[in-house]
Formats: sequence, C-alpha cells, structure tokens
Amino acid sequence: MSTNQNILVKLKEAGFRINDKWLVKGVTLQIEKGKIVTLIGPNGSGKSTTAKIALGIYKRIDGEVEKYTNKVGYVPQKISVDWTLPLRVNDFMTLTENLKAEAINEALSLTGVIHLKDKNLGDLSGGEFQRVLLARAISKKPELLVLDEPVQGVDFTGEIALYELIKKISDELNCGILLISHDLHTVMSATDHVVCLNGHVCCSGTPIDVAKNNEYKALFGEQASQILTRYQHRHDHIHTDEGEIKKN
Amino acid sequence: MLDDFFIRALLAGLGVAIVTGPLGCFVIWRRLSYFGDTLAHSALLGVTLAYTMEFNIAFSVFIISSLIALILIQLQKRTNLPGDALLGLLAHSSLAVGLVVIGFLTFIRFDIMGLLFGDILAVTVDDLLIIWVGGPLMLLVLKLIWKPLFASTVNYELAEAEGLNPDRAKAIFTILMAGIIAISIKMVGLLLITGMLIIPAAMARNISDSPQKMVIYSIIGGVLSVILGLFSSLEFNTSSGPSIIAAALFLFILSLLNIKQSIKLKN
Repeated sequence: MSTNQNILVKLKEAGFRINDKWLVKGVTLQIEKGKIVTLIGPNGSGKSTTAKIALGIYKRIDGEVEKYTNKVGYVPQKISVDWTLPLRVNDFMTLTENLKAEAINEALSLTGVIHLKDKNLGDLSGGEFQRVLLARAISKKPELLVLDEPVQGVDFTGEIALYELIKKISDELNCGILLISHDLHTVMSATDHVVCLNGHVCCSGTPIDVAKNNEYKALFGEQASQILTRYQHRHDHIHTDEGEIKKN
Repeated sequence: MLDDFFIRALLAGLGVAIVTGPLGCFVIWRRLSYFGDTLAHSALLGVTLAYTMEFNIAFSVFIISSLIALILIQLQKRTNLPGDALLGLLAHSSLAVGLVVIGFLTFIRFDIMGLLFGDILAVTVDDLLIIWVGGPLMLLVLKLIWKPLFASTVNYELAEAEGLNPDRAKAIFTILMAGIIAISIKMVGLLLITGMLIIPAAMARNISDSPQKMVIYSIIGGVLSVILGLFSSLEFNTSSGPSIIAAALFLFILSLLNIKQSIKLKN
C-alpha cells in the first residue's frame, strides 16, 4: 500500500485495447495534490485514452489503476451534447452535483462567462462552451481535475488567461490536475511533470528533463525542444505505425 | 364514489399521467420511443400469460416487458444488427407470438380491441390500487436516480468520470419503463402507450427552456389530456384510449403556436 497521502490517482503499467488494437499501453504515472501532470504526444498517441483510464471510464483495462478520490472534475475533449434538450448554462453547471448559486456564479466569473448564465447551451459558440465546461469542472471544487484540451477554440488572449487560471486553481484548491495540451509553451512553463506519449510512455519527468529527451525531440522536432533548451541528440529507436518500438 | 365507472377511469388516467409525464421526457431525451413501443408490443404476451396462469395482468406484463428489455440488451451485445432492427424484431415477434397464443386459448374470450386500444372504463378498484401505489413509487425511484440518469443523458462519460454510476441508473430506468407499461396498458392499450409517453412530453418541449419545466408541463399536459379525452369520449361516445391520445395531440398542436412566436421574436 502506498503511504503517500497526497496521491490521488496512480496508474501502473495501465493499458487499454479494443479487440487486438492497443490504444495505449504500459502507462505508469501518478497525480498528486497540488501538482499538474501534463500529457503530450501526437494525435492518436493515447492521451485521451490515458485520461479516461485514470478517470475510470474504461473499465476493462490492463494493468492497475488506483483512484483515491471521488471528487472529480472532468473537461472532455469532445462532448456531443444533444441540443434538443432544453438546457441552460445554469442547469448544466449543476449536472453532476448540486451547487449553491454563489459557487456557480464564482466559477462562471472566473472563466469569464457569467453573462451567459441564462443562455441556452445550444446557443453558445465553441469557445464560450469550452469556458462553460471549464467553469463546471472547477465549480465543484474537485480534488482531481482532468482537462482534455480545455482551451480548444478559445481566443488567443483567453487561452493565456485560462491557463493562468488553471495554474491558480491548482494552487488555491490544492487539487491535482491531469492536463492534455498541445501548447508546448504552456506545458513547459506551468507543469510539474510531463508525460510524453506515443502509444506508450516515450519519456517522462520534469519539463526540462523531457525537453532534453531524444524521443521528445524526435516526436516534436528540434524547434519544440528549443523552447526550453538547446541540446544535441540522436534518436535511438524507430516507431512502427502502432506506436510500438521497432525491433531491429 | 369509486362505484362510478367514470370516476374510476378518471382516477386511473390521472394516476398514469402523473408518471408518464416525467418518464416521457426521458423517453424523448434518450430517444427511446421505439424502445417504449417494443416493450408495449410485448405486453400482449404478458396479458396472455396473465390469463393462462391466472396472474394479475399488470404484474405479468411487467415481468414480460422486463424480460424483453433484458433480451434486447443481450442481442445488442451479441449481434451486429442495428438497434432499430432489433427493436422491430422483438416488437413484432412478441406481438405475433402473443396473438398466436391467444389463438390457442379458445376457452377464454379476449377483448382484442380493448387490449390494443385500451379499456379504461373497465378499470377496477384493484387496478386503481396498483396505479396509485405503483405510480408514486415509480416517481420516487425516478427522483432518486434523477441526477445520474439526467447527467448521463447529457453526457455519459462526464457522469461516469464524476462518479455517478450511469449504468445502474439506466438499468433502473428500464425497469421503470416496464412498470409504466404494466400500469397503463388498461388505460390506453398497447398500441397507444408510447403516445401517452411522448406526446405530452413533446408538447412540453415546445414551451419550456429547462428540463424541470419540461417535466412539469409534461405532467400538466398528460393530466389535461386525460380529463379532456375522457369527457369528450363520454360526450361523443368515442373509445376512451384514442380520445385521450387525440386530446394530447390537440395540446401538442396548440404548443406549436408558441414556437412560431418565439422564432418571430428572434428575427
């Protein structure tokens, strides 16, 4: 048993497959209170799948998941809400938990969409909806926050403000955050721990460690690694289409 | 008071309408109207079972409908057929088997029209008891599973991720569907039960902007349909089940006026 009281979720060699196709395998990571863990990797590398394993959405998995909290806020990457439902932003905020009006107002103000409170959910723009999703996830003051590309479709200035907000939330609520992001600048500046995925864990560690890592550079290119560091490298293995390491 | 057949009919209709209101909203939100139809068709088999085994009708309809729902879930898992094909398969084969079984039961005189379109005027005090004990019980259960059921209707993964156990809520909801069909078969008949579920709820959708309002309007719509339908069936000497559904349709058409206005306002 783990003696660390701060651990919220722990994945041990976790993987998920549909029939014989692995979406992701061999992921080991842990999320602790007050820490931001970020998943990076190309499209189809298993980032969202890993998040869903951690959340317990996928049940028949390989490996182990230990979840120590039930206070979870989730911003999914894709959400297909049926717009034929008569649902206002205010109703959506209390979807999974009953909240006081002040808590709803506070969260909506933080993400800058308090003026949309009585609007129909179907009438929002993509960026507005994304802000509402984030507000909903933080409003219940979760211990674990899982954000799957939380700022997609948000305008440029809003994006920076929301990432700052996420950082602030992690400090104020002391909650653990699992973040999936394509914005390497943000990832590298605001994250405690980076996990680089490509069907399996390519490399992980502090942002600086990862930026120096050869596999990271191979995946994201030389420029991406120069965001933090200039370091010469050689990639020591090749990936197959399935993301496996090709054996010579 | 309960001696009067019309009062009994009215009480039965109102008891059913209060439950079909909120359940009907979920039928619309979750796109389950064909599922409701399938369960309703299978009810005929339940009725024949009740006659042969000398069971209570509501009880045996409930058992058979639950069974059909279970078979549907298994078929969905094990075959590659699309959902609507499976629903059609179960609906019509259970209806056909029910009718075939009736053919064998020559010693019992069936009122087929009453089964298909309802015979609310033949409601007994026992039926009333089942409706007014079962109905509120079902409402209570629905209230208990409201949060997970509604959240997973909006988004399954959100509900699952945030610990609401949507699968359990869905299973309980399926049982409630079987239950409402069992208590309302006598009132509107198995061909019209789905109408009682979806028409008041569809009417309510046209005039509400929040889920809670839609549920309340749906109940009001159902209650009005029962009152309007029963009194007009008495007045014009029409059969009661279809009259109730026709009244619901009338209210739906009225609610369309509201849509036109709100679209005009937007422009």
